[in-house]
Amino acid sequence: MEYKPVIGMEVHVELNTASKMFCGCSAEAFGAAPNTHTCPVCLAMPGALPVINRQAVENTIKLGLALNCTIQPHNVFARKNYFYPDLPKGYQISQYELPLCLSGYVEVEPEGSGSKRIRIHRVHLEEDTGKLMHVGSHSLVDLNRAGVPLMEIVTEADIHSAAEAFAYVSKLRQLVRYLGISSGDMEKGAMRCEVNLSLTDPQTGKWGTKVEVKNLNSFRAVRNAIAYEIERQAKVLDGGGKIQQVTMGWDEGRGITVLQRVKEGDTGYRYFPEPDLPPLNLEMAWIEELKTKLPELPDTKVARYMSAYELTPKEAAILTEDQLVADYFDSVVKAAQPYPAVTPKLISNWLTGELFRLLGESNGEISQLKIKPVQVVALIELVNNKTLNQPAAKQVFGVMFETGRAPQEIVEELGLQQISNSSDLADIARQVILDNPQPVEQFKKGKETIIKFLVGQLMKATRGKAHPQLAEQLLREQLQK
Amino acid sequence: MELYSLTIHEAQAKLRQGEISSVELTESVLARIGAIEDKVRAYISLQPDLALQMARSADERRANGEDKPLLGIPIGIKDAIITQGVTTTAGSKMLENFVPPFDATAVTKLRQAGAVFIGKTNTDEFTMGSSTEHSAFHPTSNPWDLRCVPGGSSGGSAAAVAADEALATLGTDTGGSIRQPASFCGVVGLKPTYGRVSRYGLIAHGSSLDQIGPLTKDVEDAAILLGQLAGQDPRDATTLPAPVPNYVAEMKEGTDLKGVKVGVPQEYFIEGLDANVEKAIRAAINQLADLGAEIVEISLPHTRYGIPVYYLVATAEVSANLSRYDGVRYGLRADGGDMWNTFRQSREAGLGAEVKRRIMLGTYALSAGYYDAYYLKAQQVRALLRQDFEQAFEQVQVIVCPTTPTVAFEMGSKMNDPLKMYLEDIFTVTLNLAGVCGLSLPCGLVNGMPVGLQIVGPALGESAILQVAYQYEQSTAWHAQKPPHP
Repeated sequence: MEYKPVIGMEVHVELNTASKMFCGCSAEAFGAAPNTHTCPVCLAMPGALPVINRQAVENTIKLGLALNCTIQPHNVFARKNYFYPDLPKGYQISQYELPLCLSGYVEVEPEGSGSKRIRIHRVHLEEDTGKLMHVGSHSLVDLNRAGVPLMEIVTEADIHSAAEAFAYVSKLRQLVRYLGISSGDMEKGAMRCEVNLSLTDPQTGKWGTKVEVKNLNSFRAVRNAIAYEIERQAKVLDGGGKIQQVTMGWDEGRGITVLQRVKEGDTGYRYFPEPDLPPLNLEMAWIEELKTKLPELPDTKVARYMSAYELTPKEAAILTEDQLVADYFDSVVKAAQPYPAVTPKLISNWLTGELFRLLGESNGEISQLKIKPVQVVALIELVNNKTLNQPAAKQVFGVMFETGRAPQEIVEELGLQQISNSSDLADIARQVILDNPQPVEQFKKGKETIIKFLVGQLMKATRGKAHPQLAEQLLREQLQK
Repeated sequence: MELYSLTIHEAQAKLRQGEISSVELTESVLARIGAIEDKVRAYISLQPDLALQMARSADERRANGEDKPLLGIPIGIKDAIITQGVTTTAGSKMLENFVPPFDATAVTKLRQAGAVFIGKTNTDEFTMGSSTEHSAFHPTSNPWDLRCVPGGSSGGSAAAVAADEALATLGTDTGGSIRQPASFCGVVGLKPTYGRVSRYGLIAHGSSLDQIGPLTKDVEDAAILLGQLAGQDPRDATTLPAPVPNYVAEMKEGTDLKGVKVGVPQEYFIEGLDANVEKAIRAAINQLADLGAEIVEISLPHTRYGIPVYYLVATAEVSANLSRYDGVRYGLRADGGDMWNTFRQSREAGLGAEVKRRIMLGTYALSAGYYDAYYLKAQQVRALLRQDFEQAFEQVQVIVCPTTPTVAFEMGSKMNDPLKMYLEDIFTVTLNLAGVCGLSLPCGLVNGMPVGLQIVGPALGESAILQVAYQYEQSTAWHAQKPPHP
């Protein structure tokens, strides 16, 4: 049977604040020697007390604003009680009844379909747990990560496919990176996903039993685990079975979900307001100030690129995916203002074409790019005024990418100026015709396409410097004589 | 007169005049401890070498012209308060060998004020109890009658002051743990307004109720110590930003109580209040009237809900606060084989019966399906209790009432009846629930045992209660009575 999947997502995002959520320890836990970023507070020594990290609150408000949420001026932290060796206090300080952000939405663009709005149920702030490392029959506890600020973003059950889930997570990562509040690196655990998935009975339209899937540590895992779980549940239902309310874990190696535990329900956590922290009452003026300080977000950027620069939605999306790319594009466009022929469209072509190719091949980062925006403009100008043909321009761009040198300099050094002088080219065309009697014969017998071969020969003879259209025109003239 | 029997302000004067040194004073207190501690057992641990070292350092500081309020004064610290480098047990097996790597803010402040630390005083385990019999190590005796309890949980701190085993001590008060033992031992005990003194480094019992406060030989000493302890702390988000007044100066303003309205709440004179205790309290109220105070009958109508509300709120917080004692990072660890059994067996071995009882009560009150009926309801009634006091303090400046319904009881008499033990807190818990301040000071003897008068003030009303207490103390001799034993 065809079941409609109903998916809600909970995404945890580690904030990149300097210090932890409730103490002064460095929050940059990744890669540090175990238990070196700890103090009495995050070790849960007797008598130690938490103090709220203002920057973490600010960062969470920023995300809430970017997700079109209502920011709650009255906030309460709560204790979520459970025992585990990676949870030093035996409770996690989180938010329960009164979170920072409520009721928002985000537009996503799933592959293969149009734009889609996913509603955000809430965004709250909490602290991360430590990490366990299993060595033989023992487990070692590293509390460097314990207390790192963590946002939990919970969607409504608006997601209906793996592609939508993928698009949502991508969008969330893009937003936290634009806002500069998290690396968003799933591979480093800075972003961790859980999905709640059930299948709707096509006859009754009733939602099925919800299954939680955890351990989604990469974008690929999000997509594959959801696809797998949809199929698994459908098989159970088709076979007349029932779905149990359980927590499954994604086994990346085997590509399957495996049972972790039978779900208890969150009421087992005995939440109650954290008595060590008075309610957090936010000043509206602060929220308003943060609103005005938000950077231009991807959706706004896309709209601007389409309306002001006449880029296609796809081009705009590619350019804005990474904020650094968008920033670079914006600065090239700005540098091109004195040159009306260097259009945003041309710039976009160069960046999404050659630049992305070179970055990809060299595993490079846009942040390390040596080419200055004005140099991109200068290169396009050289093409526009016919100094360079396209292949030569690409060659120059490659050198620019390697060295950061100015294009004019490279053109002169390599002697790549395009030959667009008719009499010079006419001589070479004559020589090409003499050297290739057979193809010339075929052309004369009506094999029209052979002209491309002859143009190629001419380009080869000029080491690519000939103006291609002019070359073809001259060859035709000679052949018709 | 022996040096150990001095008050802080008396010792201060002698130290300033160079009559005595801190080393002499400290040696005197240590000698007193040597003579009687095996009978009283006020301390869980003593640090005589450290004390003498601190005393020498205090004498040097004074020689260099320093003059801090507590410079060279020997003080005992309840073992529920964290002291860097000195074992801090909270009266529990769980922390028997726990040496903290940091100081409580209150301890830091005492260090800065020049105090000399004598030892860590006994307490009911994790401050849960009203007799100090729930200490995992040993009970403490009441110096007035060694067969009786000193009260609790700051029983060690109260007994140490009463027996001159320290000039003053720090206690902690969650539902009466400073005032009730102060009453039983005939000393002054002050519970500050919630948020007046930092809780950083106070081993948590009920986080929304706990306060550190002084136990002293007289009211002036309480004012001196409070002045050193009070103030906002960036490490405790629940501390209040209000400036710290000069409590001693404000306390001494005026020479009588003319114009002061003193409220007497009818709900505190109920069945269960010992007739002789009531007589002593009524006499004290008459004395206040003689000093010029206007006595006003008032009502705190929700008082009778104090005990049930307290035992829901406090135990709920206990159930979370004590989860950190899991044997993973510090404290007692049993080898349970696997993870869950190590948790279970560490807690089974490390925590005592009363602590476990309260963890279970609190866990229950917070559990799914019970939260609204218990914890939430308790918080709602707590708001009413707070309102009771707010309305009362619109009419009067302070409220007076008994600290406890009876004088100190015999050891063992209530150990098998937790409910009876819980009722010990009947006159003290509402102050913690409302967050207001209160002190207990001696106001008489019943069958040779001290009676405590509780003076209650509004939030940040410490100066007002100290002022009334001081005037009362100046006009009576109860505080000068010393225990006949040991």
